[in-house]
Amino acid sequence: MAQSLERQKAKPHLVEEWVGKIYTLICILFLIITIVSLVYFVASKGLSTFFVNHVNVADLLTGLKWSPDGEPALYGALPFIFGSFSTSLLAALIAAPLSFCAAVFMIEIAPKFGRKFLQPVIELLAGIPSVVYGFVGLSVIVPFFRDVFPGQGVGIAAGALVLSIMILPTITTIATDALAALPKGLKEGSYALGATRWQTIYRIVLPTTLPALMTGIVLGIARAFGEALAVQMVIGNAPHIPRSLFESASTLTSAITLNMGNTATGTVANNALWSLALILMLMTFVFVFIVRWLEGRSKI
Amino acid sequence: MKSATTGTRGMFTSDRGMNNFNNRMFTFFVWGISACIILFICALLYLILQKGLPSLTWDFIMGLPSEMEEGGGIGPALFNSFYMLLISLLIAVPLGMMAGIYLAEFAPENKVISFVRICVEGLASVPSIIFGLFGIALFVEMFQVGLTIIGGAVSLAFLNLPVMTRVTEEAIRAVPQDMKQASFALGATHLQTIRRALIPTAVSGIVTGICLVAGRAFGESAVIILTAGVTTSGEMWDFNLLSPGETLAVHLWYVQSEAIVPDAVSISDKSAAVLVFIILMFNILFRIPLWIKERKSR
Repeated sequence: MAQSLERQKAKPHLVEEWVGKIYTLICILFLIITIVSLVYFVASKGLSTFFVNHVNVADLLTGLKWSPDGEPALYGALPFIFGSFSTSLLAALIAAPLSFCAAVFMIEIAPKFGRKFLQPVIELLAGIPSVVYGFVGLSVIVPFFRDVFPGQGVGIAAGALVLSIMILPTITTIATDALAALPKGLKEGSYALGATRWQTIYRIVLPTTLPALMTGIVLGIARAFGEALAVQMVIGNAPHIPRSLFESASTLTSAITLNMGNTATGTVANNALWSLALILMLMTFVFVFIVRWLEGRSKI
Repeated sequence: MKSATTGTRGMFTSDRGMNNFNNRMFTFFVWGISACIILFICALLYLILQKGLPSLTWDFIMGLPSEMEEGGGIGPALFNSFYMLLISLLIAVPLGMMAGIYLAEFAPENKVISFVRICVEGLASVPSIIFGLFGIALFVEMFQVGLTIIGGAVSLAFLNLPVMTRVTEEAIRAVPQDMKQASFALGATHLQTIRRALIPTAVSGIVTGICLVAGRAFGESAVIILTAGVTTSGEMWDFNLLSPGETLAVHLWYVQSEAIVPDAVSISDKSAAVLVFIILMFNILFRIPLWIKERKSR
């Protein structure tokens, strides 16, 4: 009798337990459905350019001319792909050394001051909307480039500069974490051997944290690669491969944002834009893959 | 070989001199770069705020935007920013938290779950514009509702869902195992342990995640342009979920690149200042509890 009573008492907990489990399971299933449908929508629409509209894959990837209204219509996305890669790589090239210096400053040189001022200020950068960066780029950087260099001021250089400010917090945060996670013994051993701070950082800290630093840089590139409006505002949006850094160019994201509203659903031009989105998504997965590979290496 | 000893010594001293010099140069260099970064960021903020804030008026903040004439305001856009932020958080936070709790606590360790984890991680770094396109495919083409607030808000929620999931999972995993075991030892069920022990301990991590997600949603523009459009309904306090939902960030972009109003420069100066001001306020408000906590724990 007592036993059955106890069992009845215990039941509500078990029911609750199951309800909680099922509820969270539903949430994760919802997330999985979202992921699957996102990939499905982008892939089906992006691939229909090739299978329904019979645009050649090689033509799309290597074609130099994008003119959906032309006769015949041409869908060469190489200028966009080139623009995306050059702006994001250049941005990483500018931001990475600065971020590394900031991280070294915060961890090795002036931890107190760095943590108190530099870190919050850099984190603040991450919160500022991308459009504001685009606006600043358009009202400060572009006129400056126009005065100093030949050309209109817009172009890959302006885009890369704006992007480098945007990805600075991403790379700095990861670099700071990597430097802080370094075992103390390594550094102390180096100091005990009489090495200076510069030698320790150059010979010990940099090689050991390199995979983590690279992770930060790849994540920064991934963010720059996917950024849409800030770049679109300063890059000029001419669909060709520019001959200089200060000549109007275009990226995958800027082409999508500008043309999506002007094309009707189901047309070749619209599907071709979805193909650009597919390229963008595949590149993101490549970046994620590289990051996972690097993380695997840094554990050793 | 007479001067071997002196030679080596000479070499040593010069080496040490070189080393010290390099070290000093390096320290100086890093200080310089860091100072430059701080100065640069302060200058950037000052530039944006100083251009817009002095000429800011209530008429501008609460006023209706205009298509052709001067003197348009940002009222509906500002309202939409907060309204959509709220809706998207209401969707993304509970769903993301639950999914994160499942992954951290209930999920069996098998290949399917680790694949889901990779997918969530991948999704968290998918560019926002892809979510905008997803929103178009879902709301404009499948449900045929056009560019609406609800479409934009749900797309924003999709954008933030994976981030929220990851942050929650990490925060819950970071709770010490002792805490969990102690709760189990007292006879609590798994769900009770999660509710009473794990979530309260992990709450600061989760709140940080919510703030991150909120800031991202507030400043997001690519998703909104594609799913909620670049116009407002032209009324203040329009709670209708099916009206077009341009936010402040989108308004800034629109005025800069496509609008034909004569005072575009002044509107965008002021809009940028308002955006940055709100983000600054977010940051300060969010840091105060952390400061208090730090003081207490000292």
